[in-house]
Amino acid sequence: MKTTILKTISYLALIATIVPAVLVFSQKMDNDTNKTIMAVAMLAWFATAPFWINKKAADTD
Amino acid sequence: MKKKGIIAQLDSVNEYEREPIPKSKLKGLGSFIGMYAGEHTAGTEFVIGPLFVAHGVTAFDLVIGLLAGNLLAVLSWAFLTAPIAVKTRLTMYFQLEKICGTGLVKVYNVVNGLMFCFLAGSMIAVSATAVGIPFGLAMPSLTDMLPNSFGWIVVVFAIGALTTVVAMFGYQQVSRFANVAAPWMILIFFAAAIAVLPQLGINSISDFWPVANEKIWNGVVMANQSKFTFWHVVFFAWFANMAMHIGMSDLSIFRYAKKWQYGFSSATGMFIGHYFAWIASGILYALFLQQSNNSEEFAPGVVAVNAVGIAGAVCVIIAGWTTANPTIYRAGLALQSVVPRWKTWKVTLITGLLTTIAACFPALVMKLLDFVAIYGFLLMPMGAVIFVDFYFMRRLGMTDFYAEKAGLKLNWAAAAAWIIALIVGVLLNQFAGIEVFFLGLPGWFIASIIYVVVSKFYQKQLHPKGALA
Repeated sequence: MKTTILKTISYLALIATIVPAVLVFSQKMDNDTNKTIMAVAMLAWFATAPFWINKKAADTD
Repeated sequence: MKKKGIIAQLDSVNEYEREPIPKSKLKGLGSFIGMYAGEHTAGTEFVIGPLFVAHGVTAFDLVIGLLAGNLLAVLSWAFLTAPIAVKTRLTMYFQLEKICGTGLVKVYNVVNGLMFCFLAGSMIAVSATAVGIPFGLAMPSLTDMLPNSFGWIVVVFAIGALTTVVAMFGYQQVSRFANVAAPWMILIFFAAAIAVLPQLGINSISDFWPVANEKIWNGVVMANQSKFTFWHVVFFAWFANMAMHIGMSDLSIFRYAKKWQYGFSSATGMFIGHYFAWIASGILYALFLQQSNNSEEFAPGVVAVNAVGIAGAVCVIIAGWTTANPTIYRAGLALQSVVPRWKTWKVTLITGLLTTIAACFPALVMKLLDFVAIYGFLLMPMGAVIFVDFYFMRRLGMTDFYAEKAGLKLNWAAAAAWIIALIVGVLLNQFAGIEVFFLGLPGWFIASIIYVVVSKFYQKQLHPKGALA
């Protein structure tokens, strides 16, 4: 359950990294907002991903 | 108590430097995909993409040239490196010792280790261009070869110390770090490039190609740079990791692979990192040039922050780390072959210090394309020797692993292959005007042929009765 929540946050962080850039390209968002969202997404990624990525790698080894 | 615990933990790091990897330690495909994607979507990408722009590459030459060159690189890993790695399960250095003898390997490993130190050093320097931003650090320019301030040295040493500590804990730690950082970092490259497109005048997909030709890869060579053609791009992409595939250095990585087909996992690194990331970083640099009125400042950190803010800066720092860490680890393995009694972590500590000193010199970044080509060319002949020894020596009625079986400290056939290939390469460069980027291909064949021919005479002279068991 805990891993599922962490994974969900991680995937949302990745989506929040790329989607705003696409919105900037399609002129539906300004780049300053994009920069802020990318920074928050970065924090979310590094706060959650280490807890499940390496666990998954260890399982597959 | 705590100190003793850390030392014990470091001492327990066993990387099987002088024995085959046991079956229980083999790794799944995911480890290699993560490792290659992370390692090759890294700090160097923030430098190489912009340097292509500076060398006046055209859009067509870049897009098609990279496609061909990276495909050749993947095939080299899959068909040359990985099959040997999974059959021997030995590090490249230990295998070389069996073929060439300890004397030659010591020389080779020192050269190899130093090259790795310089490469890792350039990545620490790239990280420094991001870390230094909040401190108002004066950034290096395309023409800088020496440290430009005391602050630069301080920042480089801080990053070098952190990178070394991570590398000291071994392959597992490096792999974990790369696994975590890779997916996010890859998306940052994509996101940054996409987000800045409107600032370059690209507002729809159909705008891309005309603007790419006019504003990004417009074929204009910057000051003090040479002109790059389609073939420069192909050969650079193929041989950017020449020491690792054709040069066989990645035997040390693929010895952990369950199957030789894992060699194709290098495609993640080549096509995400050496294709899209090089294109992406070229786009970011073109924007920087446009906004700075063609400034000569060359600081990947500044370029990334300019594009996507703090996330860009962190990406540059982490990108530098994910390259520097495995490179320091490889350098540690190379140098440990010279002093096998030393613990891995102690050798890595010294390697990290050398790397950090090298990182103080911006020349490593500004001349990265030339350095990468030279470094691959210097190490490549020994890869040819390993390849020939593995596949052809017994078939040709000669002895493989000759130094080990004959009790030699120096196999002169391997030494001749290495030295003559390098001499011929230098002559081709100096007198025939062949640039260093193109020397790897003829060099590999020259080294292979010389190793076979000299071995034929050399082994017959030492052991006239025939091949050794």
